[in-house]
Amino acid sequence: MLEIKNLHATVDGKEILKGLDLTIKAGEVHAIMGPNGSGKSTLSYVMTGREGYEVTEGEVLFKGKNILEMEPEERAGEGLFLAFQYPVEIPGVPNTTFLKEAMNSVRRYRGEDELDAMQFVKLVREKTKQLGINDEMLKRAVNVGFSGGEKKRNEALQMAVLEPCLAVLDETDSGLDIDALKTVANSVNLLRGPDNAMLVITHYQRLLDYIVPDQVHVLAQGRIQRSGGKELALELEKKGYAEFTGAAA
Amino acid sequence: MTEAFNEHFGALRDHLPGQNLSWLTALRQRGLDRFAKNGLPTPRMEAWKYTSLRPIEKVDFAAEGVPRACISIDRAPSLLPEATESHRLVFVDGHFRSDLSRLGELPEGARITTLGEQMVDDPDWLHGHLDHLEAPLVQPMLALNTAMMMNGFVLRLARGTVLPHPIEVIHLGGAGDAPLAYHPRNLVVLEEGSQATLIEHCSHLGEQPYLSNSMTEISVADGATLRHYKLQADALNAFHLATVKAEVGRDATYDSFCMTTGARLSRNEVSVRLSGQGADCHLNGAYLVRGEQHCDNTTVVDHLVPNTTCREVFKGVVDDKARAVFQGKLKVHRDAQHTNGHQLSKVLLLSDRAEINAKPELEIYADDVVCSHGATAGDLDHDALFYLRARGIPEAAARSMLIEAFLGESVDQIAAEGLCPALMASIGHWLAGSRGDY
Repeated sequence: MLEIKNLHATVDGKEILKGLDLTIKAGEVHAIMGPNGSGKSTLSYVMTGREGYEVTEGEVLFKGKNILEMEPEERAGEGLFLAFQYPVEIPGVPNTTFLKEAMNSVRRYRGEDELDAMQFVKLVREKTKQLGINDEMLKRAVNVGFSGGEKKRNEALQMAVLEPCLAVLDETDSGLDIDALKTVANSVNLLRGPDNAMLVITHYQRLLDYIVPDQVHVLAQGRIQRSGGKELALELEKKGYAEFTGAAA
Repeated sequence: MTEAFNEHFGALRDHLPGQNLSWLTALRQRGLDRFAKNGLPTPRMEAWKYTSLRPIEKVDFAAEGVPRACISIDRAPSLLPEATESHRLVFVDGHFRSDLSRLGELPEGARITTLGEQMVDDPDWLHGHLDHLEAPLVQPMLALNTAMMMNGFVLRLARGTVLPHPIEVIHLGGAGDAPLAYHPRNLVVLEEGSQATLIEHCSHLGEQPYLSNSMTEISVADGATLRHYKLQADALNAFHLATVKAEVGRDATYDSFCMTTGARLSRNEVSVRLSGQGADCHLNGAYLVRGEQHCDNTTVVDHLVPNTTCREVFKGVVDDKARAVFQGKLKVHRDAQHTNGHQLSKVLLLSDRAEINAKPELEIYADDVVCSHGATAGDLDHDALFYLRARGIPEAAARSMLIEAFLGESVDQIAAEGLCPALMASIGHWLAGSRGDY
């Protein structure tokens, strides 16, 4: 599903990723953990094509295609989804309009027929019901005036509607109460299947109680320092990241 | 150019309506004298610092006093949904076209007519209302209008009259076979407690450049409400200069919105005098300009007495080498305690060469007031753009969504049923790169 080879990336001329390798197969859930400033968010933005993140070396293959040359919208069309750490507020754009436009754009990209208003409403109702999200959120402008929890629920809803092949969750647990955390975890688990994969980027182990990973990686100083099973997360929770940051040495 | 207009006056003198009215002849002469004294506005005048009329001087405009042989069109374009009832007046190149107009039934106490008819039917009333509002700025174009005024619409509502349907005034230009200059003069008089919605729509028929130099005088008496909305979608080789003067009485409301997408050069100059306690005005607008268009919105609001309110929001989108001007002045006079005045100019500049000149001004002589002003200019929000694109929405569509949302918030303020979709559609057409025939 995803193959990252020797990825180097700079932001404002400063090298953040320094030869990162990562392979995720269909059906797997991987977690990346790491201290602040280790390059976790940079990795998610490089994958999704944000301006200002420059790849200097290496490649990112998604379903066998090199996505680094693609526009962000093309990557989304290919089935890549980023749940933002800080979802953006967009005044004046109703959430429904946004969701429908996003879904039909992705469908157009894939050569599928667009959904009409009726079909769309039916689909969204189904998803909000599954996730236990209040429909009222759809009428409001995208993320405007949403609480931290509502924003993350909204990300979960978008993910459920767009049904990506690979979902990257960037610090989705930050600032969440336990209920919102469960909603998000629930939507991830609903999506989970033999044809999908997830990359959960997190600072803390807590989220991994709800989304149980197949593999855990430690990202520090721009590279994967260690990989292991889910027990690695628990170990990190106890010992911290000191041994990977050089601070302990 | 000043001479050219003087010549126009000479040529038209015998064709101008109301020859038999000595007060009107004298009024015209005063206008001409004032215009001759100052000439066309130049950027040396403070109020015209950012808007040069030089492009107008490059066109050899003809003056025309007699309506042309009828240009035939099936029907004038409308901004309202087909089934909407309205009172419609159509002007082509400044001339009233009764064959295209449809006044419909009016309630008692309401009169909708033209300036020309008013000169014949009720010249005394006209004498009592025309050119009676004070001008806060030096207004050479208004002086020229006063000299040359030919026709325009007149709306009179007697005390307590409520018009249930909107009045739609459609101005179509460019129909002649030479460049034409004309000077529409409109008059709106709402007596105590009356209410009306007035929708103006400026568009074009032919290919010729034209200059429309209009003047609209509005008086909204105590407790009356006028909702005044305009879409200026003139031809891209046209010049649109519009002056509005309004006087708003006790507990009266003047609610206005002006959207600009058209004209090579346009100026929308609105001055409002809030002269009765509880008077309230909303001066809002939106503009979308590109290419080499120049769009000027200039407003002056005088708070003359205590407890008056004004809310003003202009939002614009400027692309290519287009230029926009926003000048907004709030003047709170000595007696006008408890004034509440807010003004905001927000602009999206879509290219490196796009330009906005924003000049908000507060002039306050009372000490117990709440006033604010602000001006912002910037590019589209990059984070929002990335967020939309990361969800699969292509860049062009994402940009359009953000621009529509930006302007949509202004359009939503309009309190005329059926008008908002047409304005949103014209924004959509603009974004799609075409000019819809709205």
